[in-house]
Amino acid sequence: MNGAQDLGGQMGFGPVELEENEPNFHAKWEERAFALTLAMGATGSWTIDTSRFARETLPPAIYLSSSYYEIWTRGLEKLVVENGLVTRDELQQAEATSESKPVKRVMKAADVASILAKGGPADRAERQPARFKVGDAIRTKRMHPEHHTRLPRYARDTVGKIETVHGVHVFPDTNAQGKGEQPTWLYGVVFKGTDIWGPESDPKLTLRIDLWEPYLDPA
Amino acid sequence: MSHDHDHDHSELSDIELRVRALETLLTEKGYIDPPALDELIETYETKIGPKNGARVVAKAWTDTDYHARLMSDATSAIAELGFTGRQGEHMVAVENTSGVHNMVVCTLCSCYPWTVLGLPPVWYKSAPYRSRAVRDPRGVLKEFGVTLPEETEIKVWDSTAEVRYLVIPRRPKGTEGWSEERLSELVTRNSMIGTALALDPSNQEETA
Repeated sequence: MNGAQDLGGQMGFGPVELEENEPNFHAKWEERAFALTLAMGATGSWTIDTSRFARETLPPAIYLSSSYYEIWTRGLEKLVVENGLVTRDELQQAEATSESKPVKRVMKAADVASILAKGGPADRAERQPARFKVGDAIRTKRMHPEHHTRLPRYARDTVGKIETVHGVHVFPDTNAQGKGEQPTWLYGVVFKGTDIWGPESDPKLTLRIDLWEPYLDPA
Repeated sequence: MSHDHDHDHSELSDIELRVRALETLLTEKGYIDPPALDELIETYETKIGPKNGARVVAKAWTDTDYHARLMSDATSAIAELGFTGRQGEHMVAVENTSGVHNMVVCTLCSCYPWTVLGLPPVWYKSAPYRSRAVRDPRGVLKEFGVTLPEETEIKVWDSTAEVRYLVIPRRPKGTEGWSEERLSELVTRNSMIGTALALDPSNQEETA
């Protein structure tokens, strides 16, 4: 979706603000928000793509004025309500008044190391041959879906070249909508800065973007 | 978005109340076990961080066979050192050379190689970096104190999928014969994102 999260090429945000010896967390609540998000992810109630969509569908003014862990917190509030794990009323009252819904698993402290070490690989078995090979010229689609997508706006309807064939990966566009993983070929695509930004671009700039087959047409 | 609890916890901000409400509710409902949250925080505070990535880079600088394995299959090569899992499932190493500088961003969210770098800093997740890294990387690099020669090619990697990128900075001059351990002290987090170069050893005498 063309939400506030799709920041590539936007202007007016000012210089990058750096902090010396920055801690992982700037407050206790950030630690809890981080760990809550991971622990709830481990319940298997939604996918990483669904959780990204929950954050990017926050109203743009809220997204852009919230700190990162505020965005995670607001995203988690949406996810637990949308998935029927808690009601909006319970969230408002901070009190459980309805039955719990069964979840696939509850992360225990003793499982943390093994769950993190295992991670969540996104590669899947090949079901059909790849449409493109290294060196092929492609053009990204002109598209503006309202659902989750990982083709950034700045790289739409642009010519590029296949540089890497990563393999078959979970397709975020469908996975985020609860329409299944629909695994498809993922490619590393190289773009010239001038093809994306026009003649004003740094002539020595090239961009690499990982893109799924449905985003690409032969050029 | 204000809540009605201010009379109970007047010292707490709105966001603190929201996070507390979530934790209380999700615990009561049996979806989470609070000691697991403590363990998650402890893990990223003490076990997983940029020291992991620095070990990978220092090994690649000193061991040509390891370097070759890292460049052809980074996920396996990094796993050799024990770094696997969440947000490092599909790793790719990209190497700076005299003519090429690599820089990593996630314009759409905050994708970052957790297994080797830990959690991303605020600036990496912020709008200024995510918006400009792809359009004006040289301008962004200047804000980090890095000025590259005009003829240097800049490759910007936008992490749109589950592939995660680790930049291998150039080994600094004057480090011939250094041990891996000593070299790893020169490899900063930002040098592995591509917003810095490895540290100059002439400024590192005291750590030698």
